[in-house]
Amino acid sequence: MNAPVKFYQTGTFTVGNRLLAPEQRSVQASIERSNSLNSGHRACQGCGEALGARYAVDAAMRATDRQLVAVNATGCLEVFSTPYPETSWQLPWIHSLFGNAAAVATGVAAALKVKGKTRTRVIAQGGDGGTTDIGFGCLSGMFERNDDVLYICYDNEAYMNTGVQRSSATPPAARTNTTMAVGPEPGAVFGQGKNVPLIAMAHEIPYVATATVADLRDLESKVERAMSVHGARYLHVLVPCPLGWGSASQDTIKLARLARETGIFPVFEAERGEVTAVTRIRQRVPVEAYLKPQKRFAHLFGSPGQPEMVAHIQANADRNMRRFKLLDEPEA
Amino acid sequence: MLQIRIHGRGGQGVVTAAEMLSIAAFEQGRHAQAFPSFGSERTGAPVVAFCRFDDKEIRLREPVLAPDVLIVQDPTLLHQVDVFQGLKPDGYVLINSSRSLDEIGLADISARFRRERLTHVPATEIARAHLGRPLPNAALLGGFAALSGLVSLQAVSHAIGVKFSGRIAASNIAAAAEAFEFVRQEMQESAHAQAD
Amino acid sequence: MLKQIEGSRAVAEAVALCRPEVICAYPISPQTHIVEGLGELVKAGTLTPCEFINVESEFAAMSVAIGASAAGGRTYTATASQGLLFMCEAVYNASGLGLPIVMTVANRAIGAPINIWNDHSDSMSQRDSGWLQLFAESNQEALDMHIQAFKLGEELSMPVMVCMDGFILTHAYERADMPTQAEVDAFLPPYEPRQVLDPAEPVSIGAMVGPEAFMEVRYLAHAKQTMALERIPQIADEFAQRFGRRSGGLLSSYRCEDAETIVVALGSVVGTLQDAVDEMRDGGRKVGVLGIRSFRPFPLAAVRAALQGAQRVVVLEKSFSVGLGGVLSTDVRLALSGLLLHGYTVVAGLGGRAITKASLIRTLSQAMADQLPPLTFMDLDWGIVNRQLEREKATRRSGPIAENLLRDVGVVASKVH
Repeated sequence: MNAPVKFYQTGTFTVGNRLLAPEQRSVQASIERSNSLNSGHRACQGCGEALGARYAVDAAMRATDRQLVAVNATGCLEVFSTPYPETSWQLPWIHSLFGNAAAVATGVAAALKVKGKTRTRVIAQGGDGGTTDIGFGCLSGMFERNDDVLYICYDNEAYMNTGVQRSSATPPAARTNTTMAVGPEPGAVFGQGKNVPLIAMAHEIPYVATATVADLRDLESKVERAMSVHGARYLHVLVPCPLGWGSASQDTIKLARLARETGIFPVFEAERGEVTAVTRIRQRVPVEAYLKPQKRFAHLFGSPGQPEMVAHIQANADRNMRRFKLLDEPEA
Repeated sequence: MLQIRIHGRGGQGVVTAAEMLSIAAFEQGRHAQAFPSFGSERTGAPVVAFCRFDDKEIRLREPVLAPDVLIVQDPTLLHQVDVFQGLKPDGYVLINSSRSLDEIGLADISARFRRERLTHVPATEIARAHLGRPLPNAALLGGFAALSGLVSLQAVSHAIGVKFSGRIAASNIAAAAEAFEFVRQEMQESAHAQAD
Repeated sequence: MLKQIEGSRAVAEAVALCRPEVICAYPISPQTHIVEGLGELVKAGTLTPCEFINVESEFAAMSVAIGASAAGGRTYTATASQGLLFMCEAVYNASGLGLPIVMTVANRAIGAPINIWNDHSDSMSQRDSGWLQLFAESNQEALDMHIQAFKLGEELSMPVMVCMDGFILTHAYERADMPTQAEVDAFLPPYEPRQVLDPAEPVSIGAMVGPEAFMEVRYLAHAKQTMALERIPQIADEFAQRFGRRSGGLLSSYRCEDAETIVVALGSVVGTLQDAVDEMRDGGRKVGVLGIRSFRPFPLAAVRAALQGAQRVVVLEKSFSVGLGGVLSTDVRLALSGLLLHGYTVVAGLGGRAITKASLIRTLSQAMADQLPPLTFMDLDWGIVNRQLEREKATRRSGPIAENLLRDVGVVASKVH
C-alpha cells in the first residue's frame, strides 16, 4: 500500500483551507487581503463574476504588493461595482468605454513606463461582450504589441448587463433574448464558436490561461503566474450567471465545475502559443448534468426536446477532450 | 509675388521640385510657399505643384492660376494638359526636352510670349548621365536658375543638399549645374542669333 | 530658428518640444507626415522619454490616449475625417472625463463619397463634444497653437483639438520659426494632473452618474470652456511675451475697423481672404476679414463686438449642415442676435475644391450689392447638379450619384484646379 492517496475536495472550501498549509491557502483566507472589490457592491445573488473578480484582483494585488491599476470595460462588473455615487474599488480604477479596455490599459502601462514606475502593473477587465465582440480589435492590438497588461475576461456567455443578449461567446443552443428558444432551431445557432483563448495563443503572447470559479485557488495561482511575467497576458474565466443562465444562485460554483468536468470548458495554460498544462478530468460527466440545471437549455429536454442538439453538444465536448487531452487516464 | 507652376507625372519628383525651389528661395532670404495640387496621385498620372516667392509673408493659398514661371517636366503632357493656361505674357517657360520648342510644335504658342524667356533643356538625359535614373527635377531647377536668374544655382544646390544626402545629393547637384550651363549657352546663342 | 519646412514637420517638431510622454496614432491622410515625423524623433532617441505606440485603429488611438492621460502622462494624438468619426465615442469620453489630451485634426472631408481633401466637416462633427477647438490660419500658427494647447488643456483639464487644413497647410512648405527647447520649457511646465491613477491614492475614474448629477457634471464642462474664453487671449499674450510673435487668441481681425462688409472664416482661407480684401480696398471698397481662431469655446461677445459696426456679414465656410445650411454661420448669427445687419452664408471649398481670390472677390462684390442669396454654394456647377436631378426624375435605377457626376465632370487630372 505504497501508492499515493489522492484526496479530492468536494463541497465547501472552508474546511479545505484549514487543511492546507498557510502559504497554500487562498488570498481570501488572509486578513491582509486587499478587498479590492469591497463588499456593498450590487451584484446579483450568486454572481460568478463578482466572485471571480474578487479573487482575481486580490491575487493580483498580493502578487504586485498592491502596486496595481485596473481598467474596466462597461458591463456588469463595472455597473454593479460603481453604483452612483459609490465605488467598491479600493485600488486605482478607470472605466472608459465598452470596447476599449485593452487599449486604455495599454495607455496606462505606457504612461507608467515613461514615468519610470516599473513596479506598478496594469490589469484590464471585461465581460465576454466587451472582450470577444466589441473589444476584439483593441484586444488583438494589445496582444500584437505585447503591451504589459494582464487582460481578464469574465465570461458569462452573453450580454447580461443589458438584459441577456447573445454574444459571440454564447454557447450553441443557449436561449438568450436575441436567440429565443423558438422555431426549428431554438436557441443560439451551432456555429464554429470563437475561442478567444486559442486566438490569444495564436498571437504567441507570453501567457494564456482559462479558469473557472469552481477552482478558486487555481484561478488565484494563474493570476499570480501571470503577474510574474511581463508582456501581454490573457486569462479567460468562466463565471456562471444565475439570472442569464436561469440557474439557482447556489449552483454557480457547481455549474462551473460541471462545465469543466463535461469537457465543455477546457481548463489549461499556454505560453507563446503552446499548451503547457491542462487540468484533467478525473471522471467525465455527460453534458446533460451541466445543461439540465440551466433554464437557458430547458428547451433541449422534455418531450420531444432536442436530443440531436444535446448529442451535438456532447460531440463538441468530446472533441474538446480529445483536442486538449482532458481525460485523466485513458478510459478503462 | 512670383508664381511658379510645375507640371509633370507622378513619380518624376514634381512635388519635390517645388519644395526644393521654396528652400532655395528661403536660402536667399525670401518668403516661399510650395504645395502640390491635390489630384489623384499615382505614378504616371499628371501632377501639378506650385511655388510662390515673395518678400513678405505669403497669405494666398489658391492654386497658381496665372504663373510667372512654367516648368514642364514631361513633354508628353503637352498633348494632354493645357499647361500654358494662365501663363503671364512676360512668363518664363522651361520644358524638359532635348528638342527645341519649335521642334516640339510650340512655335505658335511661343509667339504669344517673350522668346528669350522660353527654352528647353534635356533634363532627363542629363539626369540619366549623373544619377543613372531619369529623374529630371533637380536638373530642371538648375536650368531655371540660368533661364531666369530668379534663384541662384548656389541656392538650388543648397536646396538639393537639404532634400537629399550623400551621393544622391552630389549627383543631383552636378546635374543641376550641367543643366544650368546648357541653358546659359542656349540663351547666349539665341541672343547672338537675334542680334544677327 | 527660421526653417523652410513642411507644415506637418513643423507641427511634429513643435509637439516634440512640448515633451509629450505618450504618443499614439493611427495613420490617415493627410495627417500621416505628422505622426511619421514624431515616430522618427522617438525612435532615433531625440524625443525621450516618450512612448510612441502604433495602434490598430483611431478608436484605439484615443483610448490609449485616455489611459495614458489618466495615468498622468502628457498625451498626444492626431487624426482626420473618417478617423475622427471612428474614435467619436472615445472623443466624448475623453472630454467627459476631463483629460487634457492634445490632438491635431488635419481637416479633411467626411465621406461618402470618400474624399481625402480639405474641408472642416470633420472637426465640425465633434463641435459639441466638449473638446476645445482651435483653428490655425498658417503653419506658423499651427505649430504655435500646439504649444499653447498643452498649456491651456492642462490648466483646465480639458482636451484640445488643434485644427489645420489638410494638404493646404499640412503638405505646404512654408517658413516657420521653430522655438528652442528652453523657450518651450519656460512656457510649458510639466503636467500636474487633477486626477490620476496612483496606487498610493486610489480613485475610481469613470463611474456612472445618474440623473441626480449628470446635468451638473456637463455644466461644469461648459463652465470650463467659458473660463477658456478668458484664458485663451491671456495665453496668447504670454506666448507673445515669451516667443515674440502673436499667435492664437480668440480672433484675428484684418481691416475690420471701418469695414462695411466683414467676411468671417476659419483656417487657411483667411489668408486668401486677406489678399482679396486688399485688392478690394485698393478699389475703394470697405471690407475686412474676421478670422475665428477659437471655435470652441465660441467667442460670442468678441465676435459681436468685432462685427456690430458693419452693415453686412458674410460667413465663408468649409462646412455645411445638410438640411439647414451653414455651421459656422449659425454660431455667428447667434453672436449677432438682435443686431440689424445683412447676413450671408457662403459654403465653399468642400472636399478640397480650390477657393480662388477671384471667386472670393466676385462673391463679396455680389454680397456688397446685396445680390447674394442668403445661402450660396460658391462655384457650384449647377449644370451637373441639374443633370443628375433630371436623371433621377427620368428613371428609378439612376445609379450611384458620385459616379454619374464624375463622368459628367470628365477627366479630372487634366485640370489645373
